[in-house]
Amino acid sequence: MASLTPVQRTARAIPARQRLAFRLLDDRNVLGFLMIAPAAAFLLVFLAYPLGLGFWLGMTDATIGQPGRFIGLANFISLAHDQIFWLSVFNTTFYTVVASALKFGLGLYLALLLNRRMPMKSLIRAVVLLPFVTPTVLSAIAFWWIYDPQFSIISWSLIKLGLIHQYIDFLGSPWNARWSVIFANVWRGIPFVAITLLAGLQTISPSLYEAATLDGAGPWQRFRFVTLPMLSPIIAVVMTFSVLLTFTDFQLIYAITRGGPMNATQLMATLSFQRAITGGNLGEGAAIADAMVPFLLAAILFSYFGLQRRRWQQGSRD
Amino acid sequence: MADITRRRVLQSGGAAGLLLMPGVARAEPAWNGPAPEPGASIRVLRWKQFIQAEFDSFVANTKKFTEKTGVKVRVDAESWDDIRPKSAVAANVGAGPDIIMGTLDDPFKFKDKLLDLTDLAEYIGAKSGGWYPVARKYGMSGNRWIALPQGASGGCLNYRISTMHAAGFDEFPKDTAGLLKLCQGLKKAGKPPGFALGHATGDANGWAQWCLWAFGGKTVDDKNNVAIDSPETVAALEYATQLYATYIDGVLSWLDPSNNKAFLADQIGLTLNGVSIYTVAKNSPDPALKAIAADMDHANMPIGPVGHPTEQQNILNTYAYAYSKYPNAVREYLRFMWDKDQVDTWEMQSNGYVAPPLPAWNDNPVWTADPKVTPFRDVLKYALDDGYSGALGNASAAVMGDFVVVDMFAEACTGSKSAKDAAHDAAERVKRYYNT
Repeated sequence: MASLTPVQRTARAIPARQRLAFRLLDDRNVLGFLMIAPAAAFLLVFLAYPLGLGFWLGMTDATIGQPGRFIGLANFISLAHDQIFWLSVFNTTFYTVVASALKFGLGLYLALLLNRRMPMKSLIRAVVLLPFVTPTVLSAIAFWWIYDPQFSIISWSLIKLGLIHQYIDFLGSPWNARWSVIFANVWRGIPFVAITLLAGLQTISPSLYEAATLDGAGPWQRFRFVTLPMLSPIIAVVMTFSVLLTFTDFQLIYAITRGGPMNATQLMATLSFQRAITGGNLGEGAAIADAMVPFLLAAILFSYFGLQRRRWQQGSRD
Repeated sequence: MADITRRRVLQSGGAAGLLLMPGVARAEPAWNGPAPEPGASIRVLRWKQFIQAEFDSFVANTKKFTEKTGVKVRVDAESWDDIRPKSAVAANVGAGPDIIMGTLDDPFKFKDKLLDLTDLAEYIGAKSGGWYPVARKYGMSGNRWIALPQGASGGCLNYRISTMHAAGFDEFPKDTAGLLKLCQGLKKAGKPPGFALGHATGDANGWAQWCLWAFGGKTVDDKNNVAIDSPETVAALEYATQLYATYIDGVLSWLDPSNNKAFLADQIGLTLNGVSIYTVAKNSPDPALKAIAADMDHANMPIGPVGHPTEQQNILNTYAYAYSKYPNAVREYLRFMWDKDQVDTWEMQSNGYVAPPLPAWNDNPVWTADPKVTPFRDVLKYALDDGYSGALGNASAAVMGDFVVVDMFAEACTGSKSAKDAAHDAAERVKRYYNT
């Protein structure tokens, strides 16, 4: 038998390789793995690795420029005795709970209003989104001016109206400062909650409201037994995101108060940056960031289990 | 006012001191550094300009260097606060700008990652008759120069002349007791003083550290033992509480730009700031601001019971990374930019924004053409270093970065803690970094 030329050999080999490739691609497991590989690699490199590195750094005495050595839980033990750290935990919890509750209440109210028939509905919805689309730093600087002890437009207006006689010290006392930054956060966060809940409201079939009305349900009952249960899944998602974003807030605080006065507005995120970058103690800064994880995990688990429970979603008790 | 003696400057200049001694022939020291690498290209990240002409002059000097040597230089500018994290990241990852012109003790946080500039710094010192002692301290780690101090964006007391007169003073007081009386007078005269007590890196640290040191208080002693919980600190806090009673409302929330705004809005009669308020007012077309410029002047910080100047200044410190592919080009660039010919042109354009790190640079006409600028010339003569009287390093940077001293003053001044408790709590915070 005459030997095959190289061209003939290639012609026979390609179909064989193609057959193998087709067979592999026909396998659901292989294809699934291939499809998910880029996304998994992305998550691994840009999420899992930094997170792992963060945990590792939190257990070292790394400083800027020095890799540090493993010191176990020493950073966490040291933080447990640090009054500023505990103040930042209190501030962060207070900031998150109050701001998230206000964003939810006001956002839901705004969504219900926007869901009604009204003139120039589209324009109004677009305007409502403005605080959210404004870059955070810009809105933070605007609030910095609004709260300025000498130049506040609010104080100026109230003085001109004769309602007060001296400028309000918005950021100069611990509690004033806490409430002021919460207000700024709420102003910025309401549109996200409102617009997302509005999207949820529009998926509720009008026939449900008609049926409820025929059954004699009043406005409050329609809201309580139709709107709220149907909106529950989206509320769970929106509030999870809202809590996560509020808990990890950095820019607003950094631009308006830098954590002052006397650390009254120091959040865990800003303290982590202050200790790690400004102060140079990467290990300690990472440990503060790590200490945020249990809170964030709790918020995620709440959302996860909430979404899994159909009865809960539908407004019934478990 | 106590003065930096000729002897101290000469001591700080090492061998250079000999050059200024009468009868000693002054030979120009020779620079024997290697020539820049062929095809070298370097990146410089510097602090963001406040005065455009200053930056333009800096870039023009850089261009001259490129024309002379063929080394390409890219200059980027960022605000001080942004340079700090960037310099940290560059040190950690081993990539980024070749040279950073930053501030204070930053280079001491990653001194092992930096290019050794000993030969260059000693050459510059020898050529100009020695560095100010505080500049030398900010440049040296042990026997090795890790940074070249560029000077200081000096802070002086900015005051309104007419209000000072209304408060019963013909000239600015030179001691802390006089300053308190002046502040009380300013408040009565309707233009109170205003000193930042929020987390303002430059302004709040500037006056709080000065006050602490003026009464003999210090964060740590010469051996880095925590020393802030002391009767001297309590005395400083009690004095500051009296000062605070005269301040305009709201200083607890002030950040670095706040006092500029208040002074230019004619609301305060005294604050601690760089020459920027004066420059803005003087160059403004607004007659109201021009009137403020005409009615304002500057003074160095008064001396407290400790008996010597205790200013805290924003030192501009330049350092180069060891990862640079072109270390010779970096050294040559720095040598060129620190040469008095270049410095003189640049200093003129900056209108006295950067106080000299070497007394030999004081002869620039910019410091005397307008007498109101003269006090800024001498700030490094009167300055102490951060973490005084301990060593510069991670701990001093961490304590300052955590606003420990500023918070202590804020707590005592507002009465949220007694002076003793504030000092005690500050000591606990300082101990976390000094490991004692």
